[in-house]
Amino acid sequence: MKPQTKTVAVLRYRPEQDKEPFWQDYEVPFAEDTSVLAALNYIKDELDGTLSFRWSCRQAICGSCGLMIGGKPRLACKTFLRDFEGKVTVEALAHFPIERDLVVVMDDFIAKLERVKPWLMPREERAPEDGEYRQTPQEMSLYEQFAGCINCGLCYAACPQVGLNPNFLGPGAIALLHRYNLDSRDGGSEERMKLISAELGVFNCTAVGYCSAVCPKIVDPANAVNVNKMNSARDYFFRFLPRPAPKGGCQ
Amino acid sequence: MNDPLKRSHEPIFWLLFGAGGMLAAMLGAMLVFLLAFGVPSGLLPAEALSYTTMRDFAGNVFGKGFLFAVVALFFWHAVHRIFHSLHDIGIHAGLPARVLVYGTAAIGTLIAAAALLAIGF
Repeated sequence: MKPQTKTVAVLRYRPEQDKEPFWQDYEVPFAEDTSVLAALNYIKDELDGTLSFRWSCRQAICGSCGLMIGGKPRLACKTFLRDFEGKVTVEALAHFPIERDLVVVMDDFIAKLERVKPWLMPREERAPEDGEYRQTPQEMSLYEQFAGCINCGLCYAACPQVGLNPNFLGPGAIALLHRYNLDSRDGGSEERMKLISAELGVFNCTAVGYCSAVCPKIVDPANAVNVNKMNSARDYFFRFLPRPAPKGGCQ
Repeated sequence: MNDPLKRSHEPIFWLLFGAGGMLAAMLGAMLVFLLAFGVPSGLLPAEALSYTTMRDFAGNVFGKGFLFAVVALFFWHAVHRIFHSLHDIGIHAGLPARVLVYGTAAIGTLIAAAALLAIGF
């Protein structure tokens, strides 16, 4: 029996020869379990070796294959041809500059992630002989959800405000920032507050919530952003009052 | 990114927006019902919104507080939404639009306060 095929329309762009991106259709055989990533690999191996795209793990953990599929930000490995009627459109992630075909320039996004200082800034310095920084499961559960981010960039492609103002720190970076602020071992909240409250910070968000809807790891960046609006407002009005003593470090 | 870490003054407007939004969510539909449907359609007695009733309401200190909060905070809520919606549809009007919309809310707030004080206690 001849396998079923589906048309996969890919937005191509080869900077050395194309003035602007253009659509190219490919006929791809598919089964129930053919992911969009498998379709792209089929195209690359069997139909057109010039097609460029990023991928690695095929199991929604590396965050490399974020694309606009059917006009929505999705991971190619977690999206299946069977779910589309007719033609499937595949484009580079929205709001990122296209480097080539489906490959985007992630530099600005990575720079934003680095800006939030996504590492533990210990609340109290401990020497190795003092032992490890300990944490209860309950303390961990506060931030665990936000630690699931795989930096795939889907939330940036989903966020209309990132599209309007590329300076906006954006959902993913703020979720990551929030993950460290919520960590009982961390003492860097005050330093990160500058970023939250700045013009590039949380108030660019208009609470659309699409970032959380598209997240393949069920992180809730919209929540991180909006909780920090209140934190920032509190900081704005009460910053001149003496600060309460920080909560005690873990024992 | 060439973005100084300048502090945003948005918390002032965001909190007014949020307060107005909460009031609108709790009272907006009810007010529309009372003013636009309930009394005009005869479901509620006409005296409920008669001049003397409403004047007495505005003369009472709690009535004044209610009217002021509803008028002023709804204003701040509405203009903030208009300003950000302009941005969303691609009109980045910047400072002049900011002055215009928030100025309107500020004037509305002042007029509401002046009118309620003029009615006396």
